[in-house]
Amino acid sequence: MNWGTRVGTISFRRKAVDGAMKALFCLAAILVLLPLFLIFFDLLIKGGKELKLTLLIDLPHPVGEPGGGIANGIVGTLVITLLTMLWSVPTAVLCGIYLAEYGRGKFASAVRFAADTMTGVPSIIMGIFGYILLVLPMKRFSAWAGVAALSMIFIPVVVRTTEEMLRTVPGTVREAALALGIERWKTTLYIVVRTASPGILTGILLAMARIIGETAPLLFTALGNQFWQTRLDQPTAAVPLQIFTYAISPYEDWHDKAWAGALVLITMVFLISLGARFLGREKK
Amino acid sequence: MEKVIQINNLSAWFGDHQVLKNIRMDILKNSVTSVMGPSGCGKSTFIRCLNRMHDLTPGFRSEGEILLDGENIHSEKVDPVYLRRRVGMVFQQPNPFPRMSVFENVAVGLKLNGGKLSRADISGKVEQSLVRAALWNEVKDHLDQSGASLSGGQQQRLCIARALAVEPEVLLMDEPCSALDPISTAKIEELIEDLSEKYTIAVVSHNMQQAGRISDSVAFFLMGELIEMDKSGKIFTNPSDKRTEEYITGRFG
Repeated sequence: MNWGTRVGTISFRRKAVDGAMKALFCLAAILVLLPLFLIFFDLLIKGGKELKLTLLIDLPHPVGEPGGGIANGIVGTLVITLLTMLWSVPTAVLCGIYLAEYGRGKFASAVRFAADTMTGVPSIIMGIFGYILLVLPMKRFSAWAGVAALSMIFIPVVVRTTEEMLRTVPGTVREAALALGIERWKTTLYIVVRTASPGILTGILLAMARIIGETAPLLFTALGNQFWQTRLDQPTAAVPLQIFTYAISPYEDWHDKAWAGALVLITMVFLISLGARFLGREKK
Repeated sequence: MEKVIQINNLSAWFGDHQVLKNIRMDILKNSVTSVMGPSGCGKSTFIRCLNRMHDLTPGFRSEGEILLDGENIHSEKVDPVYLRRRVGMVFQQPNPFPRMSVFENVAVGLKLNGGKLSRADISGKVEQSLVRAALWNEVKDHLDQSGASLSGGQQQRLCIARALAVEPEVLLMDEPCSALDPISTAKIEELIEDLSEKYTIAVVSHNMQQAGRISDSVAFFLMGELIEMDKSGKIFTNPSDKRTEEYITGRFG
């Protein structure tokens, strides 16, 4: 074939296809980004007017009464999230270590399969699970039940990200540590996990961002309330629950508070994601 | 000279595949012993037997005995963790711990091996190890810098310093220069000669010139067998086995 005579036509066609494909990729990228911006601006416009200091420091007020906020919800969300993480982070990370460093054979496959399945279970099912596990026997809604439901969402995600991150640590790192006469468990904990720690930390923070925004599992477990709650075995408020309550009410001023609450929640999640990025960045 | 390691009838298998056949060899104190041979001759497998690095390799099996100061390293009384503190290792690819500084890379063995050392003791030993590995002058002003930010040759000397910090008696080196440029290689070779005054060293090399330059004695491996072992002067000028002669004159391998 004589390429020389056809160079012009091929080059035009190729340039056109190249340009079209590039435009397609950019369009997809914009489509992905668009909803985030739309949601955020919508929230800013609709929630902005109720976003006052009272929202952050007041208890909910009755309909029509000025002021009132979601302070108990913010505290409730922080308490429930912290308690969830307090026991879920070590459990999930240690389980991830088991899968990555020791997990061969049928038991490990079963654990992996269970974690993957649980990641795909709708979160409301976890709420019902918490209801049956704790709410029915205790005969009351409670923060503990919320913690149980959120843990079921948190743990499988962190187990799998921990495992994936540990698998990215090259075998030569383990070899080098063993050759120094360092015991296997110390090699795993102080060298392999440390090498993978930014990735593991990012996984933990992303899972945390997810459970902070979960509403369905809390509906059947923590339930929510309108007051300060100091006992963990009593119904406890949470920001997503308050947004839900405000949003389904027929009152205009409650709707505005729902928007503002959503703005607070998305800001919390945004800050945590940002923190994850910050901690996960490569140190030079 | 005193024999630090004696190897008697060592055979090894990966699954059904036999990679070492009845190796007999003595490694002498404060000497440099090179193991050379073409790729796949079993030289790396052999050197990794000496500190039981194969323990965690599924399907690996060995027979025969390896005596370290007269004690069989496969005996039940020997803890492979302690064995590896006495028999250190440097690998083909420089592998400093990522996310650790130069200082931490050298100190980590001391810290994790359970000794009750003060901060000052650790700093002292880190400096001493870096000096011995001929790296101190290049890194003394940036010990906090990441170990991975050093050049390849510096990384390899960092790995040597890391191995020296736990004070081994024997240092095994698995092709320590094959990933390095000629200038870094020359530095490491010089370092190996200096270190042999204090340590017993076994080096795997597929580079004959290198083996000739640095070793007191050279072992030639072929297809899992030890063909010949002798003083390096003798083996390169007047080998007793025809196959050794063919290898060093470049007729195969």
